[in-house]
Amino acid sequence: MSKFGKKKKDVPAVNTAALPDIVFMLLFFFMVATTMRETTLLIKPPKLPSATEVKKLEHKSLVSTIYVGKAKNTSEGKGDKIQLNDKIASVSDVVNFIYSERDKHDAEEQKAMVTSIKADLKTNVGTISDIKHELRTINALKISYSSGTGDVSNNFK
Amino acid sequence: MAKRDIPEINAGSMADIAFLLLIFFLVTTTMDTDSGVFRKLPEIQPEDLNPPPVKQKNIFEVNINRFDQLLVEDEEVKIGDIRQLAIDFIDNGGGKTADGKACDYCEGNRADDSSDHPSKAIIAVQTAQTTSYGMYISVQNELLAAYTELRNRYAKKYLTGKYKGLSYTDLLNIQKADKENLDVKAALTKIKEAYPEILSDAEPIK
Repeated sequence: MSKFGKKKKDVPAVNTAALPDIVFMLLFFFMVATTMRETTLLIKPPKLPSATEVKKLEHKSLVSTIYVGKAKNTSEGKGDKIQLNDKIASVSDVVNFIYSERDKHDAEEQKAMVTSIKADLKTNVGTISDIKHELRTINALKISYSSGTGDVSNNFK
Repeated sequence: MAKRDIPEINAGSMADIAFLLLIFFLVTTTMDTDSGVFRKLPEIQPEDLNPPPVKQKNIFEVNINRFDQLLVEDEEVKIGDIRQLAIDFIDNGGGKTADGKACDYCEGNRADDSSDHPSKAIIAVQTAQTTSYGMYISVQNELLAAYTELRNRYAKKYLTGKYKGLSYTDLLNIQKADKENLDVKAALTKIKEAYPEILSDAEPIK
């Protein structure tokens, strides 16, 4: 009879000794993948256009980004503003900005440098055209109109 | 004296600490890989340079006015029509190149009032000062898409050897994975020569 009167066996506890290892693995992955945002936007975060013919920008360090949009702070005035590094600048400052970006790299890398224009959908083409003109004067000819992937019909009302 | 056992450190809360850090990095991570529409700007030409004469029929004019309305070759169109119109124009092949070769791979109508050859077909985009950037990018995108479509078709039909039957987009992907591959480079150059990208931006009208 004793054979049948057995006590119900306890379910063994799951061994969680490897849990920290897994968590650490994830932790290291995210630590490596994280890039802290290095510029604080002074313009309203631009609503980027969407396009189908997009290419990914490789070599992040070779990309100089120009932000265009409306100023967050209304005291800066209305209209399209250009942000270079951490301040709002005028079109003529673009040249110096590109020169300073170029200084960070050697001659071989400079050829591969790309200027990424992150502009809001509602920006005027005139502003963009002014920037492009400045870029042409110093032979920074490779540009990328930053945009997401998607249908173009979202770009206008 | 008997050696005392060093008590084991309780590592039970290590996971909690790691979790805390993990969550912090999870939240702060921005995985934005910057992507965009790639363009190469033209070099500045000397002022006294006389541009080579271009026949009016070799220019495909896209006008965007300040209300974001589109005018292609003096007719009002919708954004969705631009791609096909551009393809028809580039692929027309109605004449000969400068060295007298006709376009044997073109599949267009060979109309007399449209472009002579893909290498002569110029697409000119004219905007107003206050045209919206979104519309401008959309038009650029459609025009680039037209070139990609033509290049894909050409690649599928005329590539021989290792890359037979692949499209232009496939080749670009191969190149992305293997930058030093000279065969791909040669194939891409061949396609780009067949359908060179000639997009010009005029100064916006004030």
